[in-house]
Amino acid sequence: MLEVADVSVWRGASKVLDRISLRVEEGEIVVLLGANGAGKTSTLMTISGLLRPREGGIRFRADGREHDLARLAPDRIVGLGIAHCPEGRQIFASLSVRENLVMGAFLRRDDAVASDLDRMMDLFPVLAERASMRAGLLSGGEQMMLAIARALMSRPRLLMLDEPSLGLAPQVIDRIFDIIEDIRARGTTVLVVEQNATMALDLADRAYVLETGRITLSGPADKLARDPRVREAYLGLGGGTAETEARA
Amino acid sequence: MSAYLLQQIINGLVLGSMYALVAVGFSMIYSIVRLINFAHGDVVMIGALSTFFAFAVMGLPLWVTIPATVVIGAAVAALIDLLAFRPQRGAPQVNGFITSLGVSILIQNVAILLLTAQPRPLRLPSALKANLDLFGTRLSVLDGLIVASTVLALVVLTLFVRRTRLGIAMRATAENPHAAQLAGIPINRAIMTAFAVGGALAGFAGLMWGGRYGQVDPLMGFVPGLKAFVAAVIGGVGSLTGAVLGGYLLGLAEVMLVGFLPSDYGAYRDAFVFGLLILVLLVLPNGLLGQSSEDRA
Repeated sequence: MLEVADVSVWRGASKVLDRISLRVEEGEIVVLLGANGAGKTSTLMTISGLLRPREGGIRFRADGREHDLARLAPDRIVGLGIAHCPEGRQIFASLSVRENLVMGAFLRRDDAVASDLDRMMDLFPVLAERASMRAGLLSGGEQMMLAIARALMSRPRLLMLDEPSLGLAPQVIDRIFDIIEDIRARGTTVLVVEQNATMALDLADRAYVLETGRITLSGPADKLARDPRVREAYLGLGGGTAETEARA
Repeated sequence: MSAYLLQQIINGLVLGSMYALVAVGFSMIYSIVRLINFAHGDVVMIGALSTFFAFAVMGLPLWVTIPATVVIGAAVAALIDLLAFRPQRGAPQVNGFITSLGVSILIQNVAILLLTAQPRPLRLPSALKANLDLFGTRLSVLDGLIVASTVLALVVLTLFVRRTRLGIAMRATAENPHAAQLAGIPINRAIMTAFAVGGALAGFAGLMWGGRYGQVDPLMGFVPGLKAFVAAVIGGVGSLTGAVLGGYLLGLAEVMLVGFLPSDYGAYRDAFVFGLLILVLLVLPNGLLGQSSEDRA
């Protein structure tokens, strides 16, 4: 459904993505692995139209038509069914929890928005309890759930998550990963960017590895999890013991 | 309370209403694009000139003139955003600031070219000039309408920003334009809405300004614009409640200073206003209700 072909992106004077290609098929969970600064966030930002490719194309199939995302404004891309849950959650801290969710459905004109709002409150009961609270007062895990719920409010076909585990306690991360499985089970395709390679490879069908703006490895997730290069660089096996050491 | 004091309070509320209407626009535009828009005061002038043309020249009734002025104010402000600010979205703040000065000079000079700098008389129907007697003070019908309609406009504005989808989208965009785009909000539309709403209020303020002082001219927007900016800063730039509070405080302070100091000092009223600004900023660098810059994401 999504095909990124030979895309290069520049931010100022530096080339952050160097002819990367990847694809995501309907119903998959695809994970994008890589160290800090490898270009994972830039990849997602390019797909959602916040960054523009200098070369290459991004095609998305929706409603039986091919759309060239590189030419569309971010709000049009959301309208096609791509939701991007950004790095660091970026919920609207000064808005209430409910207002955050309503904004997720900004482009929708259908009557089901109210029932989807109720559905999100069922899915994340903590959001129901805090519906009229300022979102900035939520805990990190609650903010992550709000960010995911906000993204789901647009009824996406493809949900992109940027480091959903970042800065969260282990049991909260488990919960978030369960939720991602659940989202896929309900028919939404998922593209996840992660540094937590062990959990991400366990979750995903396929994976890509980004290093300094290039895709260096790709394949089925279970196969990559056994690949010695991945084990050494991202799983902390065979090399240092901590993932952070492996970035060097 | 002496009738004189009460009279000064009434005068201060009338002046403060007009400051508040303009200051709210400054604050809205600032909070959504981090831009001090110095052309905002000129929208006040355009509102006053529109009133002059519609009412005094074309002879249209007030019930047509008032909505027309509000619409023209909104349209001019939206056009300023579209033509001057949108093309340089994302550029450093100082660019927008300089642009706004340029737009302001442009608008003033186009108005002078078309009309000359000569002030034109604007006479509203004499019914509006009639005085009501209120506890021994005089309140003209116009002044009463100014205060009442300002309060009404601010209530409508608050409901718009708090309750409507577009209003919430404006707040979302002001807080985080990137996240707003990812939520599907067309941020250019949200920004233009802020300009248009601010412009509508400024146009309306211009109508009242011209009507109250009985004349309009191409440079009349400058000083009120500057003072409304001071009001917005005193209240805390970016806070709508702060802008309203700042507007009324400034109006009251200005009238009180002129009313209670020896008449020789009356000529220095503008100096008092800016002195007050310096004083407030020394004590409260973020204004009365502004968030500290660390709080802002």
